[in-house]
Amino acid sequence: MLRIEDLSIRFKAGTPDEVCVLDGIQLQVKEGSFVVVIGTNGSGKSTLLNAVAGVFPPERGRIEVAGQDVTRWPEHRRARLIGRVFQNPFSGTAPHMTVAENLALAARRGLARGLRWALLPGLMRQMKDRVGELNMGLEDRLESEMGSLSGGQRQALTLLMASWVRPQLLLLDEHTAALDPKAADQVIRLTHQIVTRDRLTTLMVTHSMAQAVHLGDRLIMMNKGQIIFDAEGMAKKSLRVEDLMARFEEVRRDEQLDVSAAKMLKALYI
Amino acid sequence: MTLLLGSLTIGLILTLLALGVYISFRIFDFPDLTADGSLALGAAVSAVLLVQGLHPVWATLAGAAAGVLAGAVTGLLHTRFRINNLLSGILVMTALYSTNLYVMGRSNVPLLSVRSLNSLAEAAGVDFFGRADISLFGWPVMVRDLTMLGCIAAVVLAACGSLYLFFRTQVGTAMRATGENPLMIRALGVPTGWMIVVGLMLSNGLIALSGSLLAQYQGFADVQMGIGMMVWGLASVIIGEALVQSRKLGLTIVGCVMGSVLFRLLIAIALRWGLNPNSLKLITAVFVLAALVLPSLIGQWTRRKGRA
Repeated sequence: MLRIEDLSIRFKAGTPDEVCVLDGIQLQVKEGSFVVVIGTNGSGKSTLLNAVAGVFPPERGRIEVAGQDVTRWPEHRRARLIGRVFQNPFSGTAPHMTVAENLALAARRGLARGLRWALLPGLMRQMKDRVGELNMGLEDRLESEMGSLSGGQRQALTLLMASWVRPQLLLLDEHTAALDPKAADQVIRLTHQIVTRDRLTTLMVTHSMAQAVHLGDRLIMMNKGQIIFDAEGMAKKSLRVEDLMARFEEVRRDEQLDVSAAKMLKALYI
Repeated sequence: MTLLLGSLTIGLILTLLALGVYISFRIFDFPDLTADGSLALGAAVSAVLLVQGLHPVWATLAGAAAGVLAGAVTGLLHTRFRINNLLSGILVMTALYSTNLYVMGRSNVPLLSVRSLNSLAEAAGVDFFGRADISLFGWPVMVRDLTMLGCIAAVVLAACGSLYLFFRTQVGTAMRATGENPLMIRALGVPTGWMIVVGLMLSNGLIALSGSLLAQYQGFADVQMGIGMMVWGLASVIIGEALVQSRKLGLTIVGCVMGSVLFRLLIAIALRWGLNPNSLKLITAVFVLAALVLPSLIGQWTRRKGRA
């Protein structure tokens, strides 16, 4: 479903500040697979998601979604295949438009937009049903401005919007990181419900080790723009939070070693 | 009475300007200075075509079409060549000043002796009432002024209605979302660059239409008539927002009409009381500045008072 070959991205290429944020990533995700992506800050996990979504053009490599080479597609064209939820609950919705108008925009994702009414009666009925399924009482607030809802409510609706037209690939970029624990919990349950019901191929970046352990059928860990750990199937199921913490500790120690080794060499030879 | 009718008509004509500024400034959050140039462009193109004897309706539409083109240039400069939005507008506005001089061949084209919408309205009015002046609530009024006001009101009503309907369609809602949250709407598959281009075409089309009607109403097109008009439109939009106190689409459009007419009336009264016309632009600018700054200043002041 998703196939990434030798993907590299550098920021500020050709300057002294050059940072290699993605370094020859190889990744294949099967249809219906739910992949959790973890990693330290600056490991490139969000960049990976953004590269797939088309925010940054890749320096090298190829991205294929649902059998189509999308490497040169602009962001809005990739949106035909990809649904996205962002970390900031304000990023996924238009605050001064009503809930219904926001949903209507999402209902045309990947479809032509014409001079027909955005809010057709049939669509409004469908909205009542599908918003009702969230069990948040939002079906009575379709006419409210999106900005009057809480972060958790907005994030739940963004999730619904991203999956309204079934996406070939769903990208979740730390979509519960900015929510309070209760709302985060609710959004995670909803994520699980929608992803399993529609059997969506999903890539989810998270900081929460608990989420990483409990959700998904595959886990990849990133460091310095590379995938350093990949567990699937039984190996993923048997992972515990402690295992992941141990992995992170290992990475940290390696890095410290690098730094102290460099210091030692400097002291010796310069 | 003539003064009242006159400012009402000009207020309504400038409503189209206010709507254009509302689209660029409020819906797209794009401070589009092309407005100054496209208002005069609409006037210039229509004036030249009228002098050549084209039917006033076609001449007016051609003026609006020229504005649409100017908007497209600004939009493309910004979205294709990544030029800062303010600068793209300034570049096109500056270029339009010369363009308008080329179009007119001189800095001023009088329209009093040619067939224009104004003279058509006069003829229709005289036809209808059978004479050139009637009394309205006891005041003598030129029939021409009355029919012109009626025509303009119809045009403004049509523009407001179609804008309201348009911004509720699938494309229209996508445009509003482009101004509010481009990140989100790109993720939903909308090419935001094109939305901005089309939005600016719409905005400048309305502004040029406003310029064309203004030139025909006042009886001349002048290369200077666009200067400061973007700020003028903005002032109208701000007054309208203060009047309706809402961000709902329908109400803000009604607000634009009310704000534009009220602003024009206030200016007319001030001029009547002996305000020096030279200070007009200064007053408009100070007014807009005050409207932008005062709310936050008052907020700060009340917070400080609340703490003390």
